[in-house]
Amino acid sequence: MGFLDIDQATKSYGAVKVLHETDISVEEGEFLVLVGPSGCGKSTLLNMIAGLEEVTTGDISIKGRSMNNVKPAERNIAMVFQSYALYPNMTVKGNISFGMEMQGVAKEERERKIAEVADLLQIGQLLDRKPGQLSGGQRQRVAMGRALTREPDVFLFDEPLSNLDAKLRVDMRTEIKKLHQKLGTTIVYVTHDQIEALTLSTRIAVMFGGYVQQLGTPKEIYDNPANMFVAGFMGSPSMNLFPARIVKADGVTAAEITLGNGGTATIPFDRPALTAHEGREIILGIRPEAITDRDGADRNSNAVHVVDAPVEITEPAGSDTFVVTQMGGKDVTARFRADVDVKAGDSFPFAFNMQKAVAFDPKTEDRIA
Amino acid sequence: MTTATKSGVNMGRMVLYAALVLFCIYYLLPLYVMVVNSLKPLSEITAGGMMSLPGDWTLAPWATAWSTAQIGVDATGLKPYFVNSLVMVVPAVALSTILGALNGYVLTKWEFKGATLIFGLILFGCFIPFQMVLIPMARMLGLVGLAGSVWGLVFVHLVYGIGFSTLYFRNYYAAFPTELVRAAQIDGAGFFTIFWRILLPSSGPIAVVCIIWQFTNIWNDFLFGASFSDFDSQPMTVALNNLVQSSTGVKEYNVHFAGAIMAALPTLLVYIVAGRYFVRGLMAGSVKG
Repeated sequence: MGFLDIDQATKSYGAVKVLHETDISVEEGEFLVLVGPSGCGKSTLLNMIAGLEEVTTGDISIKGRSMNNVKPAERNIAMVFQSYALYPNMTVKGNISFGMEMQGVAKEERERKIAEVADLLQIGQLLDRKPGQLSGGQRQRVAMGRALTREPDVFLFDEPLSNLDAKLRVDMRTEIKKLHQKLGTTIVYVTHDQIEALTLSTRIAVMFGGYVQQLGTPKEIYDNPANMFVAGFMGSPSMNLFPARIVKADGVTAAEITLGNGGTATIPFDRPALTAHEGREIILGIRPEAITDRDGADRNSNAVHVVDAPVEITEPAGSDTFVVTQMGGKDVTARFRADVDVKAGDSFPFAFNMQKAVAFDPKTEDRIA
Repeated sequence: MTTATKSGVNMGRMVLYAALVLFCIYYLLPLYVMVVNSLKPLSEITAGGMMSLPGDWTLAPWATAWSTAQIGVDATGLKPYFVNSLVMVVPAVALSTILGALNGYVLTKWEFKGATLIFGLILFGCFIPFQMVLIPMARMLGLVGLAGSVWGLVFVHLVYGIGFSTLYFRNYYAAFPTELVRAAQIDGAGFFTIFWRILLPSSGPIAVVCIIWQFTNIWNDFLFGASFSDFDSQPMTVALNNLVQSSTGVKEYNVHFAGAIMAALPTLLVYIVAGRYFVRGLMAGSVKG
């Protein structure tokens, strides 16, 4: 049994089921990120943990105590909202102390905690201002400060960085991670940004259509996606997914790929699970960084195979050059070193690190190898 | 690009200002007539000098209207009726505003099944003509023992006022971020604490709109005042009518003018004091989005 247990929890609005049976067990001190596109049920699940939405069936418990029928204020949680939800009529100090006041904390104790939190988040000079006089980043800090004073069992973050500009978002992301390392509090964090999910979390639940598609560490999610949705959603640029035919070539299982110039290439793809699919079409998944120029290939891999393919577009990105070619009728992005001399229209050798490749069933979209 | 010369622009301006001043005078003329005639002896009015300034300035008509004029059967002046109106309007405005704010809060932040229907019905209540409820309301007031009293009038205006005040506050709170309410819930604030500490302090502009609207309507109401009051609970509007309509003796126009200004003064005052919030409040929802 974990610290925070979500046990077969569902949520329905009338006949519409927005969250299907969900099981997640979070250990104390974990940083769980719920990630997915809009409408996948991630915010609903967070609100259910907070007690702002009721659980239709199933159970959510914190520290072994069932939270069904427990009011939000009595769950010992704290939440940071997307809009920060600072009370506009109160000063920063008033905002931070409001919760403690409601919990009946004595005045001296409140003052002490406000000072402590202000010090931690460096918002001491802002205490007498109203939220309207603060910048986005400052509001964000105040919202976190308000949550911190509660010393909660679980922190809940609802897309806290999505209203910040790109630069500030990266800074605050680092700060949140630092804060987690320093305090070691359990965090459940909702975002639609897969980079945030990968950088912050100790575990990720990728959600789509009201289902948890995959629950795992960032590395598991990134390297071993459970299905095509997870593969396509996590990672930027996203994983290349294109059709290939499984054949036997020289006694070895291989993937036969149609190239942009009409020719075909056969790449050994030796996985026991694929023998059953011989002669059938699969969806091959391979990340851009696993398709490189010949010298950029991973030297530790024992399955690098080179294919000559026509280059369609090159996209220099400073540190790397992304090279696009056609395979199986889809655009496939490869990640070359920046100084490789490659031009659109060339035929160029692409090195496939097939160790990193995965295969999906084109019908069910589930992982097969 | 405009090719108008500088003097052309000035000419246009002058015409514009002249027109505006003319409209202004036209609009203020009735007030002028009322004020000057309330400050002169009756003889000057009957002599036909309606538009001229008083030859002999006097406050006597004001004093008469306030404390000695014949209203109905008693020569009490308008004073007791002014007090009646105040005693009626203050609780009626305060209660209908508070209840409207509470309704708006519940309808937007604690949505329940049928909330839209209930709001629709409340809204419908705004547009029921006064005349339709006269007889049922009279019966009702009789049953609860409020007939012929100032508190009966407070009740009637309160009931009628809730429709509009609910409409105002509901629309205002619909734009109020729900996340704030949720944050307060997590902070441990209850239903009324959230209302008092979070929503009300941010409701200034709409409260002003609501108060001006209710105050003007209730103060100026004649029909309910005439229908549901006794002699000792009549509001100002009804007393003014009795003063002007009294058929005994000479018609003291200067006293009538003074009385009419007295009856209009409180609403005027409310507009002047709170008016600048009025426009701001009316615009608030549309700007915030």
